[in-house]
Amino acid sequence: MKGYKRFSRSFMWLEMACVIVLLLSGCAIAVIHQDAPRMDQITGAGSTFDYPFFSRAFYAYADGPEHLQVNYQSIGSGGGIEQFIRQTVNFGATDVPMNDSELQQARSAGPVEQVPVALGAEAITYNLPHIRQRLHFTGRVLADIYLGKVLRWNSPEIAKINPGIRLPSSQIVVVHRSDGSGTTYIFTDFLSQSNQIWAKVVGTGKSVDWPVGIGGKGNTFVTQEVQNTPGAIGYVELAYALTAKMNVGMVQNRYGSFVEPNLHSVTAAARQFAHVTSRHFSIVNAPGKDSYPICGYSWVLLYEHQTNRGVGEAMTRLFSWLVTSGQSYAQSVDYVPLPQSVKRLAQSLIKRIAYHGQPLLQ
Amino acid sequence: MKSIWSAWSKNQLDRLFSSILLTFCLVIILIVGTIVYELVSRSALAILHFGFHFLTGQVWDPVHQVFGALPFIYGTVVSSVIGVILASIVGIATAILLTQYGSWRWLDLISILVELLAAIPSVVYGLWGIFILAPWLRQSVEPILNRGLGFLPLFQGQGYGVGMLAAGIILAVMILPTITAVVRDVMQAVPNELKDGALALGATKQEMVSLAILPQAKRGILGAIMLALGRALGETMAVTMVIGNRPQIAASLFAPGYSMASVIANEFTEATSKLYESSLYEIGLVLFLLTVVFYSLARLLVWRIRLQMRVNA
Repeated sequence: MKGYKRFSRSFMWLEMACVIVLLLSGCAIAVIHQDAPRMDQITGAGSTFDYPFFSRAFYAYADGPEHLQVNYQSIGSGGGIEQFIRQTVNFGATDVPMNDSELQQARSAGPVEQVPVALGAEAITYNLPHIRQRLHFTGRVLADIYLGKVLRWNSPEIAKINPGIRLPSSQIVVVHRSDGSGTTYIFTDFLSQSNQIWAKVVGTGKSVDWPVGIGGKGNTFVTQEVQNTPGAIGYVELAYALTAKMNVGMVQNRYGSFVEPNLHSVTAAARQFAHVTSRHFSIVNAPGKDSYPICGYSWVLLYEHQTNRGVGEAMTRLFSWLVTSGQSYAQSVDYVPLPQSVKRLAQSLIKRIAYHGQPLLQ
Repeated sequence: MKSIWSAWSKNQLDRLFSSILLTFCLVIILIVGTIVYELVSRSALAILHFGFHFLTGQVWDPVHQVFGALPFIYGTVVSSVIGVILASIVGIATAILLTQYGSWRWLDLISILVELLAAIPSVVYGLWGIFILAPWLRQSVEPILNRGLGFLPLFQGQGYGVGMLAAGIILAVMILPTITAVVRDVMQAVPNELKDGALALGATKQEMVSLAILPQAKRGILGAIMLALGRALGETMAVTMVIGNRPQIAASLFAPGYSMASVIANEFTEATSKLYESSLYEIGLVLFLLTVVFYSLARLLVWRIRLQMRVNA
């Protein structure tokens, strides 16, 4: 016991020493960086969905040859669009592209290029501890669950698409996002396309009037709520479901097969929409045998006419990198890299950005 | 050496000093005035569009642009009242123990612990609420309440853990330090002669508390409760995390609800249409007015008690 104590004490000293060394080196690095010539800075604001990907990718980019510091504030897509319209930021980021009236407001600064930069999927997660098999869902049944029409796990609608699974008779506890989010937009878009009653009664939006259920703030709390509550069902970004090791359901696609969300199935879905535009941005319910039906893009907003040559050049290089080689960072945070066709599309949009009529990217 | 002030008369100096104070005072008035102005002007669109129906409407549908604030008003008031009731019981009892039963040796520790509660950030309470309180409520408390008191509409239906009850309990914990500290100070201010007199007349300690101390401290206790209520009404983060965020008016305390501060925190960042944003501003305005109403009621009560005491004396 005594030996253990001595060991643990010396361990404590070691630990403290490590902390001190780390702190000192941190200070040293800070000092060195201050001495270095001031780097160019670019600011952006918007989508929280993009934040994990952006922070990772921008950090790596700042280490690269450009030494460009990007200050990204994840204040939400709505805030991002507003800041972009007011021109308080260099770029905006949003999960749902700007609509016509928003583009109208931004018109004083010229046309806007909306570039797809990130691709993500949403997982249907549930908390049924005694069930080993993966459950199957269809858009119609999911809508009925979220409408409060299907109340119990063993109701015939669910049993029919899950033959051979002994479903419990417990009540379904519906969990949804309480904050406005692109995640909710994509999910309700999917439900609206799969179920006419949902489309009529509830509709598609970043916040909707949920007929039933409890609301959790952000992906984190929806995840937590589902994990806490036996019998719960929820939708979260794939990354959250995978990190929390939750049950992820398989969802029926338009072709009729049940597909689980992963790199392969989301890429397959995105490939079906090679000419995705900011006007026709929805990629839910994609055709194709392997497509996962609940996924969507996030978009970066850039003004076509840049007013500062330096900033414009730095930004076009940054985003041209982000939509090509930068996509490798998307995978590391469980987003899906853009398919080749969309990479090319994004590049062609960035090439339109100009300074006094002169394209900034060669 | 002559001071630069020597040219000034004493009277002038006084006037200078008071005008400096007045300037600072005006800053406060200016801030409150700006807040009210901004709230009203930004919610004008919603006020004109919905009129009085905004306060009575029960639908909050951003897709179809229909906004009614009643479920949020209800949620804010009910969760705050639950919080205040629970915190008052515990807080006043603690304060009596701390001030009147001074011989117990753990009292200092209790005092410190209660004050420590005030130092915990709101988001930490929220995390505690979602990770510990909510599962505990769902698994133990709510089934027991349902079995024992299920004949009351308050305790009917399925408990999810998160909901009005959880929000009330979180608020109770958060405002407990306020109530305890203020009530303790008020009780300490009761003159010793009164206590001694009661004891000399043969009162037990409990009688001394209820006959000599509580009537004297009534005003202060009420003040403490109102102060706590003010904090509970505006509390955002912790409540958002446990209230369930569902705009509905349900009799059961187990049912999820929604509060005004929570809906602003949840939806403001992604409110893209003008009417939607304006409606959220109007929710802020209503919350502000509600606080003013509660505060005025408190002032009125305190004033009446003071009047009563003067009449009795």
